[in-house]
Amino acid sequence: MIPRHQKLLFGILLVASLIMGVTLWRLRERAHQRLLAGQDSAPTSAPQIAPAEEATLLVANDSDGSLLTQVRALPLPTDPGARARVVLGRLLDLYAVPDATHPVPGGGASVLQVFLMPAPYFGSRTLTPVGSKTGKSAVESADTAGSPQLAVVNLAGSFAANHPSGIETETLTVLSICGTLHANLPRVTQVRFLVDGQPRATLAGHADLTGTYLAAEAVPRP
Amino acid sequence: MRSINRRLAVIVASGLVGLPAVAQQAPPAPPARFVVVLDAAHGGDDAGGRLSDNQLEKNLTLSLSVRLRSLLGARGIQVATTRESDVAVDPVKRAEIANHAQAQACLSIHASESGSGVHLYASSLSPAQPVRFAAWKTAQAGWVTRSLALEGVLNSALLQAGLNVTLGRSSLPVLDSMTCPAVAVEIAPVVGQDKKVASALGDPDYQARLATALAAALVEWRADAWRTDVGRTGGHP
Repeated sequence: MIPRHQKLLFGILLVASLIMGVTLWRLRERAHQRLLAGQDSAPTSAPQIAPAEEATLLVANDSDGSLLTQVRALPLPTDPGARARVVLGRLLDLYAVPDATHPVPGGGASVLQVFLMPAPYFGSRTLTPVGSKTGKSAVESADTAGSPQLAVVNLAGSFAANHPSGIETETLTVLSICGTLHANLPRVTQVRFLVDGQPRATLAGHADLTGTYLAAEAVPRP
Repeated sequence: MRSINRRLAVIVASGLVGLPAVAQQAPPAPPARFVVVLDAAHGGDDAGGRLSDNQLEKNLTLSLSVRLRSLLGARGIQVATTRESDVAVDPVKRAEIANHAQAQACLSIHASESGSGVHLYASSLSPAQPVRFAAWKTAQAGWVTRSLALEGVLNSALLQAGLNVTLGRSSLPVLDSMTCPAVAVEIAPVVGQDKKVASALGDPDYQARLATALAAALVEWRADAWRTDVGRTGGHP
């Protein structure tokens, strides 16, 4: 003979189990609905691919300490800051391949952001006129008559941490970045560097990263 | 009247003696004070770059500094160093040591696995007139022209010793604060056309060749400095 209180307890547990089962079923249905809704919001058309344009890269060579100009066809966004990031990313990709002339690990992902802003007046130094020396590049923005710009390049901390140490190799990295920016965006006359969004004393123990670089001085003279 | 006569006598005498007298003079004495500062880069916690055979840049720069100091001492050149042992020296302190020494040449010694041969770097600051009170971070601007001249003398000596040389300009915190003719000397392995290392950084012969060439360059620089002094003062100190 089953006692009354045990029957009551069994009934309560049965009801609780049924309620939990129904709740789980409804939660599963809701999750399924959310999943379907997410799929609906996914793009159904292919992303727009920008047409390839010519970009000028100043590629460093450790063996003779030179910067070699290379012209590459790249799909480039219209926004100048995004263009600068894409071009610098391509430059650093060249340094990350095994037989690079200037081996530096990290690749294009090492350029976190490039910010462009009006260049402050820089002491008594004469800024290089827009478009001079290097000629116009296809990457150049339409408005070349504008005022000079300062580019702030934010590099990844891993890039600086893994960069080979040495005056020549660090100087070439800095100059190739400055020269590539100026060759493709001639309004960029000054360049500053940040690492993970913070100022850093040197790139890898040698080249100063606290100062402002004059981008035009990095471009090899014709 | 007497002083005028004395001056005339000196002029006539010098005119009479002429070139043969110059040829018979004793070899010119070196200037009273010629100091070279050797800055062995890195040290202590700052090991610098890791070179081949697990060698550290700080050790190589120190050994080269010691070797060069000894060669210069043997040639009668007074040397001041920024460090004599494996200790960390702040970049500001290094420049302070160089500036207090009022040196005629400052060499910052580095080593790297990248590139080939010897890399000579002068400051990338634009040349400016030397001023009594200069901004610390751009103090080298007043000396850039002399630094480039020193770089040229070092280049000649190293080429004469059969070493590959790469010249350049860079922004280096220590160099930019020095108020002396200053050049950064970065030593790299000698890599041949076949991309094989002909002389490794740890090669004692390579280091000896390099130190001898640098010492010869600094002796030449001292001679240049003396000739400049003679030209400016007419031989009077």
